[in-house]
Order: sequence, then structure tokens, then C-alpha cells
Amino acid sequence: MTFAQEKALSTPASVSTASAEQPKISVIGTSAYLIEAPGAFDLAAQRRIWALAHAVEPWPEIRELVPGVTNLLVILKRTPEEPEQFEARLRHEWDCARSIDLTGKTVDIPVTYGGEHATDLAAVCDYTGLTDREVVRLHWQGNYTVVALGSAPGFGYLHGLDPRIHMPRKTVPSLRMLKGTVTIGGMQTGVSVLTGPNGWNSIGFAELPMFDPMKDPPALLAPGDKVRFVPERIEL
Amino acid sequence: MIEVLQTGPLNTVQDLGRFGFRNAGVTSSGAMDRLALSVGNLLVGNDKGEAALEVQTFPFRLRFDRDTTVAITGADCDARLDGRRLPPWWAIAVSADQVLELDTPRRSARAYLSFAGGIDVSPVMGSRSTSLRGGFGGLEGRFLAANDRLDIGGAGTFALPPHGFGAKPPEAALAEHFPTSDDGTLLVRAIPAGEYALFGAEAERFWTQTWKISSQSDRTGYRLSGEPIRLASPVELRSHGVVPGVVQMPPSGEPIVQMSDANTAGGYPKIAGVIDVDLWRLGQARIGGRIRFVQSTVAEARAAERAVQAYLEDIRSTVPMLGQALAGMVRR
Repeated sequence: MTFAQEKALSTPASVSTASAEQPKISVIGTSAYLIEAPGAFDLAAQRRIWALAHAVEPWPEIRELVPGVTNLLVILKRTPEEPEQFEARLRHEWDCARSIDLTGKTVDIPVTYGGEHATDLAAVCDYTGLTDREVVRLHWQGNYTVVALGSAPGFGYLHGLDPRIHMPRKTVPSLRMLKGTVTIGGMQTGVSVLTGPNGWNSIGFAELPMFDPMKDPPALLAPGDKVRFVPERIEL
Repeated sequence: MIEVLQTGPLNTVQDLGRFGFRNAGVTSSGAMDRLALSVGNLLVGNDKGEAALEVQTFPFRLRFDRDTTVAITGADCDARLDGRRLPPWWAIAVSADQVLELDTPRRSARAYLSFAGGIDVSPVMGSRSTSLRGGFGGLEGRFLAANDRLDIGGAGTFALPPHGFGAKPPEAALAEHFPTSDDGTLLVRAIPAGEYALFGAEAERFWTQTWKISSQSDRTGYRLSGEPIRLASPVELRSHGVVPGVVQMPPSGEPIVQMSDANTAGGYPKIAGVIDVDLWRLGQARIGGRIRFVQSTVAEARAAERAVQAYLEDIRSTVPMLGQALAGMVRR
């Protein structure tokens, strides 16, 4: 009886935990698998994604791994013979994956806040109800972690933005935002790396090159790096 | 060396693509029709992945500065060598000062010019493909312009029949492995992707309707126009990696198919993914063209992949035999 009771108690608990922790695995075409961590965005989920990437990296059938924001895209060299088996292996690795704390470097990015390139600073003030001075201060006082690179060469998605200055992406993107523009997109921030259309909100400008195709590695930032923004000038 | 005499915009040096830097936000680039590029290279005795010219705006003219062998594959664009017509999917030995001309193709979008030894530009991050958006690779990271001169690697010519020789185009050689429609609509096979289920009953119309390739389409991606397919409530996904062939559904409800110069990451819901083996056909689709998606399976895709592999292997093994047979005839 005691045994049965214990079982009755433990079974539902383990079922709910397991189902809550199941990642979503989907395909893009025939040779790309996307694994999305369950639950809300947090650094713990991100660290588990990094651990998963680390674990599957040596698999010979993998051509490229693209860690995203709490997800991982696994691109194979060719269409797998047994797709279900491959998916099961990924699921197993997720179950085994714990956490990696990437000990990245710290990158200081000097920024000119405000000024001609901060075309969305006024809108950020309107949305947040803060003064421009407060928005800028909250931005440079933050400690940021590079969650993932993507979208454009060397662009780092930075986590750690103060919730008081979260700001949704623009419904109408800027058509020609300069490379180097310091931006806020939702709960993330980053420095744009290409001049062109951009839906994030600009609040400043940084000269530091984020990408050089001739360097090894070409991207200045890597997942796990810490980033600090250093206010070089504030033009308000 | 070859010299570009005349070109429209957006013609570039491409190979099979740049891999290994997608996790740094670097798109793969590479030929839109990788099969045509592979065949062109094999016809001139190269490995299938050497750099070639992708010509998508016409007319295009170039002059050879030395003897070499050239192959023209992909779209049939009435190629002429010193005014003399060449059949499509053809390789031929050329001599210094000869001029090759390509005109606007009547169907298909892109022609490939492969040269014995390949286009010799410096690889950047392991590839000679041009990334126009990134401004690197190929020739100074830009598209070709008149008076550009490009080095070709290797020794130059190898034994060929005097009037050249050709490969059977994949449309014909692989006809039974790629579906066609009666009305000329391009059929593109795809597999449901991550957010497919969210579209519910709406998803059916993704397969049944004929989509038009809008004028806002290029090497980055194709925007399709048709009757919109919308989600009951909008979904914003966390930024995740994507690959060419992904069919995303932005809030407008008209799909975007990402192509060779695609962003490496996206956040739009994904309704489907084009099977890799069909990407070359999509790469040959033209603005204004009509396409329909056909739901496929991995098993079907693998069967087509095996057929493509055998087709390429056949060309790879035939070309040197042809050379040896000719050399034997010359000795006799």
C-alpha cells in the first residue's frame, strides 16, 4: 500500500515535469532540424541549448550548428536515412544536456548616445515614460550576455536589457539604418552590422567594427561573451 | 583570364556556398541552381564545386584572353561563340580573343559559365561565393561590371571534340523524379515546418492555390503573392536559425521563401520547408512565374536525391573517358 501510494504520488509529478521539459523538434526541408527549449526565455534554457550544441558538435553527419535564442538549428550534410531515429537521438541528447556556462571574453563597446543616429530615442521615451537621460543610463549600466549571433554577419543578440526599456520592434522598419547603430528590439539589444532596413529602435551609435571577413574568427562577439556599453558621448 | 565586355547588374561569382559561419550570421550564398553549376564544372573537368559565373541579367558578353574550356549550363540563353550558336548545357574549347554572348532566356532565370580550373578569386571564409549583402567574396564582394577581368585557375584546355559536347539537361534526364504540371506551373515539393499546425484549416490553401513570384524577389528570397493565409492570432517566435527553402508566413499572409542569400535567422512562423533536392528548380523560377507547393516526404526526397547523384556521377565518369578516347584517336 505504501509502495502504491508512493507510486501514485510520484508518477504524476514526474509526468508533468517530463512533459514540461520536452523540447519542440521540427524540420525545415529535409536536412535541417530545429530544437526549441521549452518554457520562458532565460539564461538557464540558453545554457542548456549551448550544452546540447556542444554534445552534438562531433557528430559526423552535421554540417553546421546554429544556436539561436533558446533554440538550436542542426543542419545535416545530407538528408538522413532514418529521420525518426535522428530526431530520437536529438531528443536523447537534450535529455542528457545539462548546462554550460560559456566563459566568454568581455567586450567594451564605446557608444555615442543620442545625436543624429538615435532616431528612435524619443519614441522609446514616449513608450517607457522615461526621460532620454534615464533611457541612456539604464542602457549603459546594463551587463549583457551574447545569447546568439545571427541575422547578419557578426550581429549579436544581447540579453540583459533592463525591463524598463524593453521596446517592441517597429511596425515600419527604418529603410536605411547605418551599420553601427545601437538598437533595442523587444527585450534585446544589439549593434547593427549592415547598413539597410532595420526594425529595431535606434538610441545611439558605435564605431567598433563587429565583423571582419578577413579575420579569424570574423565576428568580434561569440555566444557567452559579456558586453558592456561605455558612454563615450551623450548628445541629448 | 576573361574580360567582361557587357553585363547587367547582379551577375556574380558563385560556388556551392559558404558553410561553417552560419552561426556567426553569415549566409551561405552560392549558386541559386547548384545542380547547373555542378554539371558545368564537371563538363570542363573540374570538381563540381569550383567557382563559376552566375548570369541572371542579360545580355552578357565576355572575351577570353587565353585558350580554355568553357561550359554553359542552366537557363538556355542562346549562347553564341563568335556569333556561332551553341546548344544549351554545352562545353567547348575556346581560344584567346573569342567572344561568348548570352541573351535573355525565354524560360528559366539563371545561366552558369564554368571554366576549366574555375574562377580564381581568393576564397573568403572557405568559399569564393559573392555575398552582396555582406560585401565580401567573389570579385571584391560586388557584382560584375563591364571591363572586369577575372583569372581562371588551372592548366586551361583539355581534350574535347572539336565542336564540344553536352550533357542532357536535368529536366529531361531526371524527368521522372521531378513532378510537372499541365499548365506550366512549377511544382515545388515541401514538407510542413514548425508552425504548420497553427494555421489549422487555412493550411490547406497553402497547397491548393497557385502562387505568383512577386517582383520583390531576388537571391535573398522570393515573396509570393496570392490569397493570404493568416494565423488566428499573430505569433512572434524567438530568433532561430533558418536555411534556404524555408517558407515563412509574415503577418501579411503572403509567404516568403528564403533563397541562397537568405538571412541566417528569422522569427516569422514557418509553414513549410522546400525539400533540398527541389531548390535548384526554384532557383530557376522567374519573377512573375507561378508555383504550387506539393506536400512531400523524406522518402520521396531521398529517391530524387539518389537520381540526381547518379546523374552527376554519370557525367563525372563520362567526361574523362571522352578525353581519353579522343587522345587515343589523335595518337592513332
